[in-house]
Amino acid sequence: MATTARPAPKHSPDAYGEHSGLWSWLSTVDHKRIGVLYLYTALFFFMFGGVEAIIIRAQLGAPNQHLVSAEFYNQLFTMHGTTMIFLAIMPLSAAFFNFLIPLQIGARDVAFPRLNAFSYWVYLFGGIFITIPILFAVAPNDGWFGYAPLTTRAYSPGINIDFWVIGLLILGVSSLAAAFNFLTTIINLRAPGMTLMRMPMFTWMAFIVQVLLVLAFPVITIALVFLLFDRFFGTNFYNTVSAGADPLLWQHLFWIFGHPEVYILVLPAFGLVSEVLPTYSKKPLFGYPVMVYSGILIAVLGFGVWAHHMFAVGMGPIADTFFGLTTMLIAIPTGVKIFNWIATMAQGSIRYTTAMLFGIGLVALFTIGGISGIMHASPPADLQQTDTYFIVAHFHYVLFGGSIMGIFGGIYHYFPKITGRLMDEKLGKIHFWLTVVAMNLTFFPMHFSGMLGMPRRIYTYDAGQGWDLFNAMSTAGAMIFPIAMLVFIYNFFVSRKRGEIAGSNPWGAGTLEWTIPSPPPEYNFAKIPTVTSRYPLWEGKGIDYECARINSQEGKTPADLGIVMPYSTIKPLFVALGLVTMFCGLIFARALIGVGAALMIFSLYSWLLSPLEPEHH
Amino acid sequence: MPASVAHTSAPTSHHYTTLGLDSRKVAIWAFIGSECMLFVSLISTYLIYKGRSIVGPFPHETWTDPATGHVFKPILNIPVTSASTFVLLMSSLFMVLALAAVQNKEKPKHTRGERVLGNSKLWLWMTASAGATFLGFQAFEFTSFVHEGLSIRTNLFGSSFFTLTGFHGAHVTAGVIWLVTLLAIDYRRGLGSKDSLLVDIAALYWHFVDVIWIVIFTLVYLIK
Amino acid sequence: MMDSHASMTNLPDSAEGQAHTPHAEEEHAHPDWSIYWKVALILTLITVGEVWAFYVPSFAASRGFVPTLLFLSGLKFTIVVMFYMHLKYDHRLFRVLFTGPLLVASITLIGLLFLFGHLHIKIM
Repeated sequence: MATTARPAPKHSPDAYGEHSGLWSWLSTVDHKRIGVLYLYTALFFFMFGGVEAIIIRAQLGAPNQHLVSAEFYNQLFTMHGTTMIFLAIMPLSAAFFNFLIPLQIGARDVAFPRLNAFSYWVYLFGGIFITIPILFAVAPNDGWFGYAPLTTRAYSPGINIDFWVIGLLILGVSSLAAAFNFLTTIINLRAPGMTLMRMPMFTWMAFIVQVLLVLAFPVITIALVFLLFDRFFGTNFYNTVSAGADPLLWQHLFWIFGHPEVYILVLPAFGLVSEVLPTYSKKPLFGYPVMVYSGILIAVLGFGVWAHHMFAVGMGPIADTFFGLTTMLIAIPTGVKIFNWIATMAQGSIRYTTAMLFGIGLVALFTIGGISGIMHASPPADLQQTDTYFIVAHFHYVLFGGSIMGIFGGIYHYFPKITGRLMDEKLGKIHFWLTVVAMNLTFFPMHFSGMLGMPRRIYTYDAGQGWDLFNAMSTAGAMIFPIAMLVFIYNFFVSRKRGEIAGSNPWGAGTLEWTIPSPPPEYNFAKIPTVTSRYPLWEGKGIDYECARINSQEGKTPADLGIVMPYSTIKPLFVALGLVTMFCGLIFARALIGVGAALMIFSLYSWLLSPLEPEHH
Repeated sequence: MPASVAHTSAPTSHHYTTLGLDSRKVAIWAFIGSECMLFVSLISTYLIYKGRSIVGPFPHETWTDPATGHVFKPILNIPVTSASTFVLLMSSLFMVLALAAVQNKEKPKHTRGERVLGNSKLWLWMTASAGATFLGFQAFEFTSFVHEGLSIRTNLFGSSFFTLTGFHGAHVTAGVIWLVTLLAIDYRRGLGSKDSLLVDIAALYWHFVDVIWIVIFTLVYLIK
Repeated sequence: MMDSHASMTNLPDSAEGQAHTPHAEEEHAHPDWSIYWKVALILTLITVGEVWAFYVPSFAASRGFVPTLLFLSGLKFTIVVMFYMHLKYDHRLFRVLFTGPLLVASITLIGLLFLFGHLHIKIM
């Protein structure tokens, strides 16, 4: 179908109004629409993972409860972690990568628009694949890190772990494809004058995240392939009993991926606040080059700290010392970022919008998580804290206090750019304060229950160990989250329909994405801008303003401007469908493997042999 | 390269790029970088498990089964693998010649030698055939190992050996399919210098797979 | 190939003659047949040397065997990457995209071998 030219669509000021049919979404290759698809899907999975968390907290609210069975509890905490990491936070970041990277660097799309659609569809199908089992109580049940040999067939005979192994392999394809795409886009599609050291900080952090993805995901892929082979073909990679396999192999491979993954989760949020804080302080980001270098340093050091997740296994004094030291070292560039954000706000004329509040929330709450992180960088301290609720408190301050706060800040900040309308500030502030109260009430007491010895992943506990009060507090806090989310969802959908019209730059921000209409036309920039500074709208030269003037005009079609747009195509969806069908075949019916592979190869060839866009002159 | 890329069947990027490079070439190098981590994970596992198998057969040592008294000879066949290594090395030579032939397609050719060197179909065939021959050697190796009593389930060596070399073989297979696809395009409409990039990225992938074999050959086969 | 790259820098919108000069790929003469066959010959000779070393029991048992083979393998690796993958002649970016991950991969490999007790650090 992609070979027949489609009439040039008109730009509509209503959010993609004219092309809102289902088919247009299934066949879109527009990075902005794919970004929106990522956003909606990831928000759905975020709430799904949230419901799992609430059931967990309800179960732990008081001693000796049996709201759910112990087996189902295992599935809940496994899927809560897996969902939040792979189906919520990473794709929420991907939503922003998609929507913002081309806009921030002055490009008309990503380098490979169809590959971009492919990434999304693989994510969606993979997400459904790994989520469905919990509805039938056969979900993965060995924790989000799936430690082998526990996850081998001998100890986990059911299909639960099969879903986990295959699901993560599928999601890895999506992440890798997207990473190559964004990496190429940032390297090669920057507008004239958009040098590396002029790139907006979000794009910089996105760039670093893509490098981490490209290097970390192959390792987990291989670890998962070993596990898949062990489970399906009887290999011995994790067979510690009869073949003499090393029980630490999985742990090492997993954490070589797992620690960079932590930065994959948090750096996009760091990038978002680095856009939010300067905008609402009316000041350029403080120490921009240092922010860049600290980001790079975090990425490099991020590959040399993995074994701090494994101090308890007894690696010996040399390894413990090495990984303890590198872990303490990596706190320095992270701390530098915190100070730079504070210095950005210092003496600025601050507007306390919802986005700004979430940004400040990140700076405050992530710092708490960062500091407790340094505490268990020391192996002797870690031996006391590991596998207790202290660790749970730590990484929720990092992931909720860091990633989620930053992402919500980003949503409030960029909602007008995405939809053309402003979100309601009053409801936004209610959402913010409910979230802050819920977050601290839930996770701060976990520091104490952890210090008092409450282990992670236990189904229930006896009264009288000093944990009751803290657990009751955590559960009470968790019950506030749904209220906060309802406020957010209501605000989101009502504002989308009836919010105030935003205009191209409602916040008076300084970067390129604010020079174009909201929502942006499908070609983004009527004229590819020429960039002379980091904040073209704040400190640019004549040419910056001239480009901004041209690009802010609404209502021009690509045909008016002589811009060639890529064809929309359904083929990436079919390739993704074929890929996932192929993997499904391993569990359900071997015949599906052939069907899926045939569909995938046929669609792939059809995709590669059809032109991306009409010939242009 | 004017707008006459019409009959290029693959998507052609002719937009502005920051570095003046084609995005597909940037992407393939990023992909190759990523593949380094993939193969290092496999190679690390092979080396970690080296010498840790409880039962034989072993790669370089004889082993007597205490239960049956059966003697297993060292299983790796160095002469055969040396031959297949040589074939793969030569395929890389054919590949660069195929690329050069496509790049210089429009240049006038006077001597017989120039015409042979400029025959892109010949060199693509040679590369693909060498790749297929390598796969044939691997199929022979795998079946004879299974025949001698080493399967992917036998011991740690079997699991890590078959998975590592199997992953490499899968990469070679994908490369052969890629080359055959290029050949099909060459037969249908002829590859010219404007298609250099299509061949270039395939060649980069192909050489990388060769380079991985260079490492595997030394670490797995030659070092005891 | 070179001119295909050069033409990709043609930006339709930049006709106004703005001060924009994209960094075109550095023009280097690509190696040709005369270099390619020499490279192939060197690779073959090194491989022959490696296999020969394998069959000399006194050398194969000596301390120098493993370092020699690692060196030869690394040499072949470098030659293919530099000449056949023409990294020597290509844009600097590609060198970064390849050597960066290769470095991370190599250090990870060494780290893992140490952690699993295949390499030893001697203190004192």
